[in-house]
Amino acid sequence: MEPPCVSEPVGCAAEERELAALRAGDEAAFLALVTRHHGAMVRVAATFVRSQAVAEEVVQEAWLGVLRGLHLFEGRSSLKSWIFSILVNCAKARGLKESRSVPMSSLGPDDEEDAPSVSPDRFRGDEDRWAGHWSEPPEPWPDARAESSELVALVAEALETLPHAQRTVMSLRDVEGWEAGEVCALLGITEVNQRVLLHRARSKVRAFLEARMGREEAP
Amino acid sequence: MTAAVPDLSCRELVELVTDYLEATLPVEERTRFELHLTYCDWCRTYLAQMRRVLERAGELTEESVAPEARDALLAIFRDWKKGSGGGA
Repeated sequence: MEPPCVSEPVGCAAEERELAALRAGDEAAFLALVTRHHGAMVRVAATFVRSQAVAEEVVQEAWLGVLRGLHLFEGRSSLKSWIFSILVNCAKARGLKESRSVPMSSLGPDDEEDAPSVSPDRFRGDEDRWAGHWSEPPEPWPDARAESSELVALVAEALETLPHAQRTVMSLRDVEGWEAGEVCALLGITEVNQRVLLHRARSKVRAFLEARMGREEAP
Repeated sequence: MTAAVPDLSCRELVELVTDYLEATLPVEERTRFELHLTYCDWCRTYLAQMRRVLERAGELTEESVAPEARDALLAIFRDWKKGSGGGA
């Protein structure tokens, strides 16, 4: 499978063709689009609603909205951003109905969850001459393992352990290859919040991998 | 500015990694960050691991769509196609 095309320009030829096929009722084109975005769509929807099952329903609702609105789409944003903005609207509406309305601000970093990226006890204490420097530094990962598909699988596993907002941001940025600005616009969060969520997510994923990649002697 | 730039500790550095990789660190902070890396093998290892995480995340292939979800979406598509056939 080809790696995802890096930030396709808005209205690029491939997208034009895709859109035309979709409007013409081409099932294969529809399925290709569904397959490409499904994982991310469910993930984004799950940020706003209670359960995975509801998130799947929201994705269906969103596709219905996309198809019904297809004749209105003017290509002022990319097809992808348009699909996802419809998805977020559906998800928010559903979240409200569930009275699990997620205020946008709560998508920002959670105060209760203000943990440092690396456990403080891995650094030297304030009384130390080298205060703040590693006392238990990271061990380099063996190349053979770090470059293997084993690590890809571990990243997937680690992502599942993250709080929703962090998982959504890291999935969109690092898995789907979205730009920071696209993520902010979609989720209605500030650049700073986006970065904080991303940082927490990435730091936790690294820590998860570290725990699995060695340091078997860890306390 | 001729005064010595205060040293960055490893504990501070790990909190700046994303800002560094996103190129949002102010120049001065970026300089301290890079200076620290020149003498700290451990933080170089840490940064390399972060980069590794991002590379591997980019290789995560899209999950396949479960057959039930796929069927449900196809049904929606076929309904829509029927309905829009009249050109409404």
